[in-house]
Amino acid sequence: MSTHLATGPTRPTTPGELLRLDGVAMHYGKGETSVSALSGIDLTVSRGELVAIMGASGSGKSTLLTIAGGLTQPTSGEVVIEGQWLSDLPSAQIAILRRRTLGFVFQDFNLIPTLTALENVTLPLELDGWPHRKTRPAGLDALAAVGLKDRAQRFPDDLSGGQQQRVAIARAIVGTRRLILADEPTGALDSATGEGVLRMIRDRVDAGAGGILVTHDARHAAWADRIVFLRDGRIVDENVRDRPESLLAGRCTA
Amino acid sequence: MSVRQSLLAILDQGPCYGYQLRTEFDRRTGSIWPLNVGQIYNTLDRLERDGLVATGDTDDHGHVYYQITDAGHTEVASWLGSPVVRSAAARDELAIKLAIAVTLPGVDISAVIQVQRSGSLRTLQDLTKTKNASGDPESAGDLAWQLVIDSLIFAAEAEVRWLDHSEATLARASAAGVMAPMPLTLEPPKRGRPVRAAAKNDAQVAGSR
Repeated sequence: MSTHLATGPTRPTTPGELLRLDGVAMHYGKGETSVSALSGIDLTVSRGELVAIMGASGSGKSTLLTIAGGLTQPTSGEVVIEGQWLSDLPSAQIAILRRRTLGFVFQDFNLIPTLTALENVTLPLELDGWPHRKTRPAGLDALAAVGLKDRAQRFPDDLSGGQQQRVAIARAIVGTRRLILADEPTGALDSATGEGVLRMIRDRVDAGAGGILVTHDARHAAWADRIVFLRDGRIVDENVRDRPESLLAGRCTA
Repeated sequence: MSVRQSLLAILDQGPCYGYQLRTEFDRRTGSIWPLNVGQIYNTLDRLERDGLVATGDTDDHGHVYYQITDAGHTEVASWLGSPVVRSAAARDELAIKLAIAVTLPGVDISAVIQVQRSGSLRTLQDLTKTKNASGDPESAGDLAWQLVIDSLIFAAEAEVRWLDHSEATLARASAAGVMAPMPLTLEPPKRGRPVRAAAKNDAQVAGSR
């Protein structure tokens, strides 16, 4: 769907790949006073894959997410979203690509209070010029995917925190969007509700989306397929969930 | 693990024979800590010795039923009504490993921490995957299993948080220059009472005369 966006030469990409960062670095300031926020970041997210980014405060987690989402341009390195090299695109095209392919989920939900749940979810489609008769079913599909179809006409204030975050997840996957970029999505929720939200992100990823989950909480990171550790703007380690067998002898969970 | 109190609490529901107790314990704890029949009978023997259960009838299959006594019933109520107190000084393999590692010259403590964090997170990932695969609980047995797996998940999380905290503490200590490793002491350790303490004690004894 995004081929018409390309203004540069077509370049190869791996099948199933949603996002790739190649040698991404971010520096603030110049010369001797320059501060490095990120350096040498290589990262790929494919369909069906959830990657957690862990690290202490100031390790570069959130900067990495804004670069991955095309909100911030890195000092050097390449960002490739669904086969599109961002460096090939003018900023207006990046905005369109962002709107069509990825959705952000933040700690404080970021829903518009004067719009219903459904209107919040369909907003990116409206901005993209979808006809109204198509946005509604797409929005309801997305709400159904997070178990909130019956709350479509509610306003955010009438929804619980967990439900609001599920609306935000629906907005992140509506229409053609397949990449969820979540920054501490459970930070404002109690433990059990937060787990429900993570389960929902996990479900959407298992259904074919991809996601990055920024968190400092190990219990949340554990929902990911891969856990990447950042320290001082560098990836220092990577954990892959590679053991399918259960630790627990007692119960079959297949 | 409080096998003794658990079996007693089950017997408080009615008389059971040994193998039956094993099954009841399993299904009430998510089959995560399987007990062997030997453990069950050892525990029953001790409960009987302490007057908390009594041997009752034997059925046609030769099953010997154990029955709770009044003292046993009181014991169950007291167990449910009081907190589990963990020994604060219980040896923790990981805490000891990190404590020793920080004193050793030539050991990269942040690498030790990262290896552990990676391992603990893998455990956490496995537990989370297992929990996620099981869906919502549909019975008291499911719920019991979920409580147990959650306790393992939170324990693993606590371990990772402690590692994060230790890493930050060590980074500050390193910056402050107080992280010098401890070489072996060349002087042989003194035997008997330390001289200073001994002198102080003698002075106190002299003063009290």
